[in-house]
Amino acid sequence: MLRLPAFEHLRAESVRDAAGMLADHGGTARLLAGGTDLLAKMKRRQVMPDALVGIGHLAPLREVRVAPSGAAELGAAVTLAEALADRRLAADQPGYLEAVGVVSSPALRNAGTIGGNLCVDTRCNYNDMTEEWRHAVGYCLKTGCGERCQVAASSPRCWAIFSSDTAPMAIALGATVVVWGAEGERELPLGTLYADDGKAHLQLGPAEILTALRLPARRGWRVAYEKLRRRSAVDFPLAGAAVALELDGDVVAACRLVLGAVASHPVELHDVAQALTGRRLDDEAIEEAATAGARLAKPLDNSDLNYVWRKRMVKVILERALRRAAGADRGRLR
Amino acid sequence: MRPPPPWAGRRLGTEPGDGDALSDGFQVVGKALPRLDALGKVTGATRYADDLSWPGTLACVLLRSPHPHARIVAVDTAAAAATKGVVAVLTGADLPVRYGAIATSQDEAALASDKVRYVGEPVVAVAAVDEVTAREATKKIAVDYEVLAPVSSIEQALLAPADEPIHEGTKGNIHRLAALEFGDVDEGFAVADVVREDVFFYEGSNHLAMEEHSATAIFADGQLTLWSSTQAPHNLHRVLAKVLDLPMTRVRVVATPHGGGFGGKVDPAAHEVVVSKLAVLTGRPVKCTLSREEVFYNHRGRHPALMWVRTGAARDGQITAMHFRVALDGGALASLGAATTYYTGALQPATYDIPAYRFEACRVFTNKAPCGPKRGHGTPQPRFALEIHLDKLAEDLGMDPVALRRCNYVRPQSRTVNWLRITSCGIEEVTEKVLAASGFATRSRRVGHGQGFAVSAYLCGAGFPMYPSQLPHSEVGLKVDRGGVTVFCGATDIGQGSDTVLATVVAEELGLDRADVRVVTADTGLTPVDLGSYSSRVTFMAGNAAIDAARKIRTLLLEEAARTSGLLAHELRVGDGRFGPLSFEQAVEAAEERHGALSASGSYAPPPGISGEFRGSAVGPGPAYTYSAAVVDLDADPTTGEVLVHKVWVAHDIGRLLNPVLVRGQMDGNVYMALAEALMESQTYRKDLLHHPSVLEYKTPLATDMPAIEHLYVETIDPEGPYGAKEVGQGPFLPVVPAVVSAIHDALGVWVDEVPVTPEKILRALDARDRGALGRAGPKRFPAVPFPPCIKVEPPHAATARV
Repeated sequence: MLRLPAFEHLRAESVRDAAGMLADHGGTARLLAGGTDLLAKMKRRQVMPDALVGIGHLAPLREVRVAPSGAAELGAAVTLAEALADRRLAADQPGYLEAVGVVSSPALRNAGTIGGNLCVDTRCNYNDMTEEWRHAVGYCLKTGCGERCQVAASSPRCWAIFSSDTAPMAIALGATVVVWGAEGERELPLGTLYADDGKAHLQLGPAEILTALRLPARRGWRVAYEKLRRRSAVDFPLAGAAVALELDGDVVAACRLVLGAVASHPVELHDVAQALTGRRLDDEAIEEAATAGARLAKPLDNSDLNYVWRKRMVKVILERALRRAAGADRGRLR
Repeated sequence: MRPPPPWAGRRLGTEPGDGDALSDGFQVVGKALPRLDALGKVTGATRYADDLSWPGTLACVLLRSPHPHARIVAVDTAAAAATKGVVAVLTGADLPVRYGAIATSQDEAALASDKVRYVGEPVVAVAAVDEVTAREATKKIAVDYEVLAPVSSIEQALLAPADEPIHEGTKGNIHRLAALEFGDVDEGFAVADVVREDVFFYEGSNHLAMEEHSATAIFADGQLTLWSSTQAPHNLHRVLAKVLDLPMTRVRVVATPHGGGFGGKVDPAAHEVVVSKLAVLTGRPVKCTLSREEVFYNHRGRHPALMWVRTGAARDGQITAMHFRVALDGGALASLGAATTYYTGALQPATYDIPAYRFEACRVFTNKAPCGPKRGHGTPQPRFALEIHLDKLAEDLGMDPVALRRCNYVRPQSRTVNWLRITSCGIEEVTEKVLAASGFATRSRRVGHGQGFAVSAYLCGAGFPMYPSQLPHSEVGLKVDRGGVTVFCGATDIGQGSDTVLATVVAEELGLDRADVRVVTADTGLTPVDLGSYSSRVTFMAGNAAIDAARKIRTLLLEEAARTSGLLAHELRVGDGRFGPLSFEQAVEAAEERHGALSASGSYAPPPGISGEFRGSAVGPGPAYTYSAAVVDLDADPTTGEVLVHKVWVAHDIGRLLNPVLVRGQMDGNVYMALAEALMESQTYRKDLLHHPSVLEYKTPLATDMPAIEHLYVETIDPEGPYGAKEVGQGPFLPVVPAVVSAIHDALGVWVDEVPVTPEKILRALDARDRGALGRAGPKRFPAVPFPPCIKVEPPHAATARV
């Protein structure tokens, strides 16, 4: 089996303490909550932190608060399974929970956290391999000493894929996140947490900690998350389409559309959403929106299945998500 | 040819104690009893190979090649050897003797010395006080490679080598060619009303046993003992004796409880040889456990197969001739590939009565992990091609595909055109059952929904061993005394339940409860020889050997019971722990008092006359054949190409149900594995590296992807099987793959002539149809292969065709 490299385990007493520990290690320490992403990457020697700072037990990060309006705040170390089991969230944040429910498998949702899923590393099947395999292929831009991208040889940048299921949905819902750093807390729109760079897709300082996810009240909104994957569990998304919209009669009053796993960051379809707003959500509008949205997806051959097929499927899942949000038939197999 | 020994192919009858004493039906056989090892497996108590440890055990780590094809110019291990904690370092020079699973293919070295032939080939072994030390030391090894152009595909292997052939002494990169013709094929095509040709491709896949390979060796008092998760301890015993130059008497191989084999643990593996050598050198226990990625490199899985088939038929559907061609991608080593090659052609005539049959096969070497035997060994690929080809032939003939098959089915008690001896044969019955249960004829007709039907044949154990010999294929020792009953057999329980089968038949013969029988197996130091768990041979062969041994004790005990009671032996009932008026214990004590220590042996080898006599005739014959049929019900999405299998009905000619729990488990496993190969699994390469060297990337169906399975049993009571039983380890796999593809055609009207069927391939076929082209995805042509002229074999005369 693959073994973990040696590391020091530090147990933080508070978020402030954890941030201090990160700062002390000058970028060679990593936060550990569920560990479902990090530990596998360490076993493959993709990341070799000197120290892991345990934060999964910190009480402030373990809370779920739901306001009477339906707005919610989830601590970053709340597990995906805990979020799924929360009745208040089920009532007031069904869109978010739909995305949580299709992350990996029950066992991994028991360990994985909501903050971890927002921060899950970008993926590429030239990079998510063992040290020996990456040595044989000649490494790549994302980790280690590679000098070129294996999937797009002439590219100066890394094309690893943004692979969170929950982030596209949370962005569609207008979520913000709370980040704790040396200068105190700041709140930022979730979408701005991410950068279009597979190698560094999180805009967080080395000693900053994402502490909470805030979901605005969205009662009455129509939501849907469609996940494309090969199997009925475990797999990361091959593409994801998140839709959140508010209808006034059958006219779209407000709308946000976000694609996942089609680039190195979640792709928010501003123009498409704007074009839908004020329109009747009929077959024609859905078809047009799906076609336009899918154009922005640029899959490469660094994930499962054929990338031309994946590109073609983006339109299908976006259309299905829109139809479902509109209250039409789901129209798919699983 | 020497006359067969008296124990070869002996018919032991289909009832307990047949011919010896009164029998009033079965007491243990046929009962749905849990496996002997079930509790240990589900509670975690079972100790697998990697769970074993001894004080002072050294960890062995293998440094593997990062190149698909390269000459080794120099290896510098000095720095590694000087590392604190490193006890020994081995290179190819330390293990010069070549070996291989079968006698005619001895092309493997545990560590490469002259060149490397695939990424992941072991080059240097390091033994150290712990795994971390050993692994760190491998990083200090400098290997100087001269990189050679790799061979990446069947087509490329058929061209002149760019640099040099992968192996010396082969014609280009062709490993094996075979060409056989039975009957007059040209004449058969000439008289046909319809002739059809198709090309198919079947992708390679790994066994994906949950347990990774692991082995630990100890050398003490001049004796080497190796504990390993091997399927064939006897063969490994022979290989270790050869490579280490030790007499057979100084080597003992113990097969540990298995977390799955499926053919992946039949070949002797490099790490098994290496830890044995290291144990001899260091005098300390040495252990090596492969990672999942290393299992993919060790491989020996399904051969990628490109196939071409041409069939002629009369207007009524009667097949007049068939010509089957196959090109196999063997990867870098021979493995059991010579057998695989012939298996791809052997069983077509064991399913359908083909009056004239030509078979041409080619296996090539490529710079990939070596392919070898995986469940169905060389037969799932041609089965897929044949069944889909017949579906299409039926379409050409305007016939119902089931009717076409039925009018060509082989008959019981017959001999095929390639001289296979068919005895019991439930092909009609499995067809009947699966059609009735699934409602195939009246299935619903909506777009996207479909059902597919296919049928298949498999053998109950290879008729000939992996090395030429006249010795028994399976031997059983039985110890019966006041301390109890213990059965000893070399057979290896790889999860199929063979230990349970041995206990079952001995308990049945001795009138005992199954829990009264102890089983000691798979230890070449303690147990009589069994050739191993491959080719679905164990229940048939070891089961018969166990009955043979148990009958001898049964006769002895009946004599004692008769003598003591004054009754005649045939008046005594055996069962419920009694031999007539005596309890089992009383009968044993009486016998022991009279004869001293009681023990008996039993042996089995297949009977003579089950094959023809031509080059290649040793592959395909078995002492009996099973028949399976499947119907698959699924939905296929025309928008995405995604497939959702709802249900699989599988009917199997089991001969006799020795234990429904075991049979059902094997059928489930077969269906799962077949669906995996039909829809997902592929051991493929990109930039000459494994595309999917982890279980997250290498997709296989999850529990949540499994459909409902309906199990249907047909009992044909084989005249030579143990109580009439036959195999179930591989047969039910075979019809499922073509049934999936046929069902997709039923659902969408397009053919995907290539497995695994991925969503993208389905859309490609639909797109082609929408463009007005043939609604098909798959290979376009079969490459030019320099097949030799066919060896012409006269088919059996009509007079001898009935057996």
